[in-house]
Parts: sequence; C-alpha cells; structure tokens
Amino acid sequence: MQQHKLLKNIAFYALVIVIVVFAVFPFYYAIVTSFSTGSQLFQVNYWPKAFNWANYEAVLGGRNFPRSIMNSLFIAGCTVGFSLFLAVTASYALARVRFRGRGLLLMTILAVSMFPQIAVLAGLFELVRFLGIFNTPWAMILSYTIFTLPFTVWVLTTFMRDLPVEIEEAAIVDGASPWVIITQVFLPLLWPALVTTGLLAFIGAWNEFLFALTFTSSESQRTVPVAIAMLSGASAQEIPWGPIMAASVIVTVPLIVLVLIFQRKIVAGLTAGGVKG
Amino acid sequence: MTDQVMAQASGPSLQQRRQRAAFWFLAPMLVALFFVAAWPLLRTIWFSMTDATLSNLYDAEWIGFGNYLQVRELSSGRTVYRGTLVDPDWWNAVWNTVRFSFASVFFETIFGLIVALVMNAEFKGRSIVRAAILIPWAIPTIVSAKMWGWMLNDQFGIINDILLNLGLIDQKIAWTASPETAMTAVLIVDVWKTTPFMALLILAGLQMVPRDIYEAARIDGINPVKVFFKVTLPLIKPALMVAVIFRLLDALRIFDLVYVLTPNSSATKTMSVISRENMIDFDKFAYGAAQSTLLFAIIAVFVSLYIWIGRVDLSGGRD
Repeated sequence: MQQHKLLKNIAFYALVIVIVVFAVFPFYYAIVTSFSTGSQLFQVNYWPKAFNWANYEAVLGGRNFPRSIMNSLFIAGCTVGFSLFLAVTASYALARVRFRGRGLLLMTILAVSMFPQIAVLAGLFELVRFLGIFNTPWAMILSYTIFTLPFTVWVLTTFMRDLPVEIEEAAIVDGASPWVIITQVFLPLLWPALVTTGLLAFIGAWNEFLFALTFTSSESQRTVPVAIAMLSGASAQEIPWGPIMAASVIVTVPLIVLVLIFQRKIVAGLTAGGVKG
Repeated sequence: MTDQVMAQASGPSLQQRRQRAAFWFLAPMLVALFFVAAWPLLRTIWFSMTDATLSNLYDAEWIGFGNYLQVRELSSGRTVYRGTLVDPDWWNAVWNTVRFSFASVFFETIFGLIVALVMNAEFKGRSIVRAAILIPWAIPTIVSAKMWGWMLNDQFGIINDILLNLGLIDQKIAWTASPETAMTAVLIVDVWKTTPFMALLILAGLQMVPRDIYEAARIDGINPVKVFFKVTLPLIKPALMVAVIFRLLDALRIFDLVYVLTPNSSATKTMSVISRENMIDFDKFAYGAAQSTLLFAIIAVFVSLYIWIGRVDLSGGRD
C-alpha cells in the first residue's frame, strides 16, 4: 500500500515536471539563442554556452526597434486609457441601473468582443484613410478599441456587480448623484479591478498583429509584433535568428514580470471575463 | 423638509433619474463601438458587393453578389461560374480553418483538463506550476511563432535534434515548410500557447465543485477515474462548454500565427489569411471583403448558437 502511494506520488510529480518544462522550455531556449552568435547558432545547445550581448546591442542599437517599442507603448497606453475611461461609466450603468434591454446590450457587447477582426478590416481601412491617419499610431488606437472596449466593459461590469448594494444606497440617501457615486464612492473600491483589466487590455493591444500590419507602411511606424515579424537579414534567405530572439526576449520579459506579479488578479480577471487574453 | 417633498413630487423619480444618467453613461461607449465595429462591418459588407480596389475605394460600382457567385452564359453556350463560392482556394482555406479549429480546441481541452486537474490537487509547488503555465499565455503570439519557428527549423532546430537523438525520426523534418507537416506545426504552437487559458477556465470550474464530494467518494472507496467521469465532469460541464466555445470562436478567426509561422503555405492558409491577402496584397479589395463577410457570417452563426445555448442553461430548463 505504502509503495503504491509512493509510485503514485512519483507519477504525479513527473507529470508536474513535464507540464512545467513544456511551458517554460521554449522561452528558455529563446533566451539561450539570444546570447549566441555566429556559428554557435548552427549547433544545437541545450545549455547556455556564452553570454554574448551582441544580438541585444544590434537590436537596441538599430534605429527602428527602439522606435517600435515606443510606438507600441504609446498605442497600448492610449488604447487602454481611452477604453477604461469609457468603460467605467458604461459598466456602472450596466451593472447598477435597471433598464429595459440591458441583457440584450450586454450580449451585444460580448458578441462584439468575439468579432473576427478581419470582418471589419475593409471598413476600418476606408475609415482610417478617410480620417487621414493611415500609417500613424492613431490608426491602431482607433482600431484596437474594437477589442479592448468590449473586454473592459464586460470585465468591469462583472466586478462592479459584486460591490455591496449598501454602499450605493447610503450614498443615494446622502443625495449623491450617479456621477458622484462613480467617482467618489466606487472608483476608490475599483482600483484593483481597474489595474487588472487595464493590464489585460494592455497585453491585448501590445500583442495585436493584423491591424498593425495593415495600417502601417513605413518601418518607423511599426509596432513591436510587426517589427519582429519583419526583421530580416542581409539577404532574404538568411533569417537573423539571434537578433529575432533578442528582440523577442526584450518585449516578453516585462510582460512576464507583470503577469507573475499580478497573477492572482489576472486569473480572476480572465475567468470573470471569460474572454481570451 | 417641505422643499424635499416638493422636489420629490415635482421632479422625476429616483429610478427615472438613474435611468437618464445611465443613458448618458452608456452613450459615449456605444458611439465608440458604433464607429469601430458596426460601421466598418457594414462598410465591409457593402464593399463585398462592389468592384472596389485598393486604389479605387470611392468610385466603386455596385455589382451585387458577383464577388460571391456569378453565373455567366458564354456565347458558345457554356455556363461559367465565378466568385468566392466556386473558388477552390477559398474552400481550401475553409477546410484548413475548420480542420485547425476543431483539432486545436480538441487537444487544448484534453491538455487543459489534465493541467487543471493537476493544479486543483494540493501539493508543494502548486504556485510554481501556475506561474509556469502563465508564461506561454503572456508571450505575444508573434513572438511564440518566431520562437517555435526557430525550434522547428529544419536544419538547426532543437526539435529535430531531440527527435533524432531519441531515434523517433531518421531524418530532419522541414516542419514549417513542408505541406505535410505545416498544419501540425501550427497546431503544436497554438496548443502550447492556448492550453493555459483553457486550463485556467476549467480550473475555475473545478474549484466550484465542493471538496466533500471527493471526500465522500474516497471513503466509499470509489475509483478516482469513475469519480472523474461520473461526478467531476458533469459538474464542470457548463464551465467547460463556455471555454470550448470561446476557444472555438477564437480559433476560427486565427491569423497571426499562421501568417508568421508558415507564410504562403496553402496547407495552412486560413479564411482570415486568404481574405487579407486578397484585400491588401492582391488588390482584390472587394473580393477579400466578400470572403471576410462569409467568415463573419460563419462566426455569427456560432455566436448566436452560443447565446441560445447560454439562455437555455440560464433558465435551468432542458438539458
């Protein structure tokens, strides 16, 4: 019996190790590759052989990649700020006020978040050109709203629904208007939810590819994912794997650090939203 | 005191005032959604019925369903069909998308269930597992496509090296380039990237199952496998269904992974990829718009099914 239990434990921990290795190994290997240069790239190394920062210097020393990082930061930051600003008041109305058609409205918002982005691409392309923002960050800020706004509204609505009724009733008795209730009473309670939702929306905007690929034409306007996808070597045949891995590590490490710091909140936000990350 | 009574008697009721405020709170969000979602969608559908090209968006002429299906009688008496609906490339993309979606969601569900069951057990190092599985989720899709593209590289890739060393293959495989394995490569990366999301959603469902049930089953000496299929699985079915449908909708619109990992491979080209290619790269703007409208229609059917199923579950009836 004892032996049986021991065997079971070993099998369980073996499974745990398989899961962890499978999850972490590709990123570990990207880090190992990012420190290798020249002929080291053409032999398979399971362990880091050298710590050569040349790839990082090449990527960060170039003119365009730092630009792309700034573009992505600006675009994702603006998109999140804009979405949160609109979503806070909207989710108060959706979570706290009874009105006809509320359920239908919530379903519509959920449906928009599942939109295939390609379905709006032609129309957005026309809109972006009409507004004269093609190949500027504003094209992305506009188009990313299609997935960040429904997501933030949906998640904040579920958070706001859980706030106790008594607080709001007390505020109403004191004569507070809905605007005062939101800004003075609810907002201080909502900070954790805002941080989580904002972070998830930020990750979504930071990672977006289709719109960024379609609405930019010059290298200096590219966002990080497009820049990484388009990194090319001296010739078309030669793919610069070292710099690509270095760039990948640079843009991924901050995300992983943030996700690990906020992991409990993120898991709560993801499951509350039930929306993809 | 009298002032208050007066105000209440003459002004709108509290509920009415709140509803009016709600309208103004919702208005900016709805206007924004109209401009980024509803309007572009309607324009896409409109473009799909014109002969618009990239350089000629505004003077496009209405051609009805010509981009979808066009029947023309030639002078020789032969009937010629044209349009997306008789385009083999389009049907190839449809088949690729469907194949990809069902296979990836199937594997993600199985692996997600396993990971969720592991994380639901109490053991030392559980937090390490959670941190570890969040990493694939946090990595941008383009980055994971490049990372795996390098690992799956035919000459210098570590996957071929591992498989060769283990004796599982006798020669190096061109995973992303060869048409036979390109879809497998895409599936591997997608399953790796999205299993964590699935696992977290299923785990949330698992944590709702009261622990006493397992305790009772253990005391009664019931086989854990039986407990899983007879007790756990039925209880987490609603959470599982939601997760599956979300992932399915997401898989049907896949673009970035396929575009970057297996560029220009007809073995993996999905509906989103072929639509964009026609729209932007081949200057068949209206034709691409027609294809993206079709994809929208397919997903709309899925979404309404989902909402319909959700209704049924909410009311507690049927099932």
